[in-house]
Amino acid sequence: EQGLSQETQWMIAVRDKRDKAAFAALFDHFAPRLKGFVMRTGTSAAQAEEVVQDVMLTVWRRAETFDPHRAQVSAWIYQITRNRQIDVMRKENRPVPEALKEEPGLEPDAGQIMAVEQEAGLLRKALSTLNCDQRAIIEKAYLGELTHQEISTQTGLPLGTIKSRIRLGLERLRHELKDLSR
Amino acid sequence: MSGITHHTPDSMLAAYAAGTLPHPFAIVVAAHISMCATCRASLEAHQAVGGLVLEDTQCTALTDGLKSATLAMLDDVVIPDPVFEADGIFPGPLVQALKGRAPQWKKLGMGVRQDIIQADRSGSVRLLYIPPGQAVPDHGHNGLELTLVLQGSFHDETGTFGVGDLEVADETLDHTPIAGGDIPCICLAATDAPLRFHALIPRLLQPLFRI
Ligand SMILES: [Zn+2]
Ligand SMILES: [Zn+2]
Repeated sequence: EQGLSQETQWMIAVRDKRDKAAFAALFDHFAPRLKGFVMRTGTSAAQAEEVVQDVMLTVWRRAETFDPHRAQVSAWIYQITRNRQIDVMRKENRPVPEALKEEPGLEPDAGQIMAVEQEAGLLRKALSTLNCDQRAIIEKAYLGELTHQEISTQTGLPLGTIKSRIRLGLERLRHELKDLSR
Repeated sequence: MSGITHHTPDSMLAAYAAGTLPHPFAIVVAAHISMCATCRASLEAHQAVGGLVLEDTQCTALTDGLKSATLAMLDDVVIPDPVFEADGIFPGPLVQALKGRAPQWKKLGMGVRQDIIQADRSGSVRLLYIPPGQAVPDHGHNGLELTLVLQGSFHDETGTFGVGDLEVADETLDHTPIAGGDIPCICLAATDAPLRFHALIPRLLQPLFRI
């Protein structure tokens, strides 16, 4: 498992070994960021901590749905967090896609896991080349502060920059996914 | 599902990841993603961007005791929320929206039937059943309409839509969808505003059927 990011290794230990020390390490890494992330959308500190606790408990309880072949830990936790925030705000359960059914006994593919991490690295690089305004729009979009019309009109430029990056990286992912989906 | 040619627009996938897509549309998009590897991969890319925004967020100090309180709850026994699996032609998110019940078809005339799953201020989402060769009355849209084909197919002025295809219609489109083939077309459709029917009769029926 060398070469994998620390967070991915912790998450795999939580998933496969129910490792509480690894969970504590994930908590130390993500919980303070999550609190800041949730508070950026105007949530009070106290309520943000409730969301943080819910999210981290979901990380523990739903660990089996984490698949490093498809997602970085941060991407997986991002979606759990947004879903949780919506559930709390709107008091309705967010519709989520069906989980993919992995074929039983499928060996972990280190190359594929590494590829996902590398793509995330490239994506991070692409994001870092955006100017301040573009970066601010991206953050607004993913913090849930823009409607989809606003995303399609206002963020055309920065989304376009990232999209070419995403497209290249995800061609490979798509092939993997096609074998898994019904 | 391999033959899908009409996909979720990228802005909609980003909004879905961020949770800003109105609930009726979120149900249809989640259903499409359940059937479509391409859109699932694109969604995962958006989640990756969201993850990077999260990673780059400045740390905020936690209240003392939050960590120990959380660790103390790891062994709590919790009853997991029910997971709704796909049921025949119905993808999981639709089964979830139906809360596991079977469709309750109400006649709309001309053999067309519908089941309104949800209707409120944010819009409506419903199942439509259209007999082969039958047209849905010519109409325009006050807002946005998403239509996902679950069985059979339909065609309109913009093209042909088969199983898994998602049509996105807005104010600029007036169309008359016609079911194709030999089997009934079953669709999941969501709108954020009432449709505008051009023929007199359907307009009169509109309040009655809450289309
Ligand atoms: Zn698609
Ligand atoms: Zn229409």
